[in-house]
Amino acid sequence: MQGNKIGLRVKNLTVAYRDSPVLWDINFSIPSGILLAIIGPNGAGKSTLIKAVLNIVKKMHGEVEIFGESYKKQRKNVAYVPQKGSVDWDFPTTVLDVVLMGTYGNLGWIKRPGSKEKKASMEALEKVGMLDFKNRQISELSGGQQQRVFLARALVQNADMYFLDEPFQGVDATTEKAIIKILKELRNQGKTIIVVHHDLQTVKEYFDWVVLLNREVKGYGTVEKVFTDENLKNTYQGNTEFIN
Amino acid sequence: MQKFLEEINWIFTDYTFLIIALGTTVLGAMTGILGCFAVLKKQSLLGDAISHATLPGIVLAFLWTGSKDVNILLLGALVFGIIGSLGIRNMTQKTKLKTDTSLGLILSLFFGFGMLLLTYAQKIPDANQAGLDKYLFGQAATLLESDVFILLIISFLMLIIIAAFWKEFKVFLFDAAFSKSIGFSNRFIDVLMTILIVLIIVLGLQMVGVVLISALLLAPAAAARQWTNSLSLMLLLAAIFGASSGFLGTVISASSDQMATGPLIVIVASVFVFFSFLFAPKRGIVARGRKWNKNKNKWKDLQVLKKCYELESAQDSLLTEDVENLCLPKQKNALVNRKWLIKKEDCWHVSEIGKKYLRNI
Repeated sequence: MQGNKIGLRVKNLTVAYRDSPVLWDINFSIPSGILLAIIGPNGAGKSTLIKAVLNIVKKMHGEVEIFGESYKKQRKNVAYVPQKGSVDWDFPTTVLDVVLMGTYGNLGWIKRPGSKEKKASMEALEKVGMLDFKNRQISELSGGQQQRVFLARALVQNADMYFLDEPFQGVDATTEKAIIKILKELRNQGKTIIVVHHDLQTVKEYFDWVVLLNREVKGYGTVEKVFTDENLKNTYQGNTEFIN
Repeated sequence: MQKFLEEINWIFTDYTFLIIALGTTVLGAMTGILGCFAVLKKQSLLGDAISHATLPGIVLAFLWTGSKDVNILLLGALVFGIIGSLGIRNMTQKTKLKTDTSLGLILSLFFGFGMLLLTYAQKIPDANQAGLDKYLFGQAATLLESDVFILLIISFLMLIIIAAFWKEFKVFLFDAAFSKSIGFSNRFIDVLMTILIVLIIVLGLQMVGVVLISALLLAPAAAARQWTNSLSLMLLLAAIFGASSGFLGTVISASSDQMATGPLIVIVASVFVFFSFLFAPKRGIVARGRKWNKNKNKWKDLQVLKKCYELESAQDSLLTEDVENLCLPKQKNALVNRKWLIKKEDCWHVSEIGKKYLRNI
């Protein structure tokens, strides 16, 4: 289940917008082929960590290696699912068009998606159970459907490492189950899945590894070893209402 | 009416009019297309800020060269338009200011500076400065064949650029973080898009002027958004609305001596907006009101149906008098029309369709 190769390594990563750092001296590495949850309280810098890894947010300091190489070299092996609230769902476009955007990275500049890309996008939509909605205007989708479309867009990228930012937020229970099923399938195919996650109750059921984060790394490793009450208390700093 | 038709007939054979009409039509089409980008970028006032920022450029170009040649003045406008737009970009990214704040700041700062220079220029003795202020509201009548020729060529190049970077523009507008994650340079896309907007504004200054050109960017885009859910169709419709505004505004202006072209174009564009807001299918006010009423009736009917269903389940049958007790004759008819309630022999039943609706609430 767990690969031996190192999937993601973060070294001395610091991100600061203003005086106080959002992320401070982050160090961890995880093997490839696992399903990892990044866990921590609100404002712990979970989304920022993903964005810094993907060069969306500027790093003040530090290095990131994906499969032993820089993100730039591995970019086509990486897929990113932003928080679905980060875009305007009233944008004039259809479900299929959004999924097609997943093929843009491999196409590169200027080239247009063709029938091959369309076929791949339809397959991805089928996988997430949204094929019937392919011509639907995206403003007509429910929260769960929006998330499925975003996941389909990432599936089309056919990456080896997936970053998902809060994929279970504001989705229905059926969608949550469908998404985790797909993520587990991907993991079983040897892909590395990194998920910013909120719900502590489902961690044991869904994930293999965790990174506990609250501006600093408070622990990382397999769920059995690291996902302990003591570590959680340390991460949430007494805010134990988060902990069941 | 007879006189009006004669007038129209006359202007359509007038070469000067045709040149001007071609200019305003092409300008309207291009501002329509590029306005869609500004609107979808949530920077509707970008055009307003940039156009006001060009004013000091126009006056400085005049003060520096002493020439009132349109191309020289517009070059000055272009330089200041670019400086202004870069100012907005940097201010938004490097400070915690919201976009509208930076837009407003750049707009008023540059425009104030421009007005200052303009009053200064107008007081220089013996200079041929008269007419600089026509760039405030535009004066389409001064449009020359060569101006329109330049406009045509640049518009054509812009269309090629938009077609070439179509998917990059689209993914950037919809999801900038994702666009960056797949390796596109958001900075390049954003700057390219902004330069196109600056260029069309500068080309439109002579016709519509600093103050009103932003309406020509916004109105066609806002109107087009009402009619379609596809990006390409939105651009096409905005181009059509913009072109029609330019053309009709010019025709009306030419057929009456007293009315300026620029304001008329803007007013025609606003008519498109008004009409679209009211009558567009789905998003229009009329259509939404109708849909709301339809839904309201549906829920009312469903509530009655629920009562019928509960009674039917309780006493295993539903007689006509039961139904009439539960609902008004009008509602009963509605339920029957929807095929939610059916009569078999003497008893009424909630149909399978009706039950399905109740289950799906």
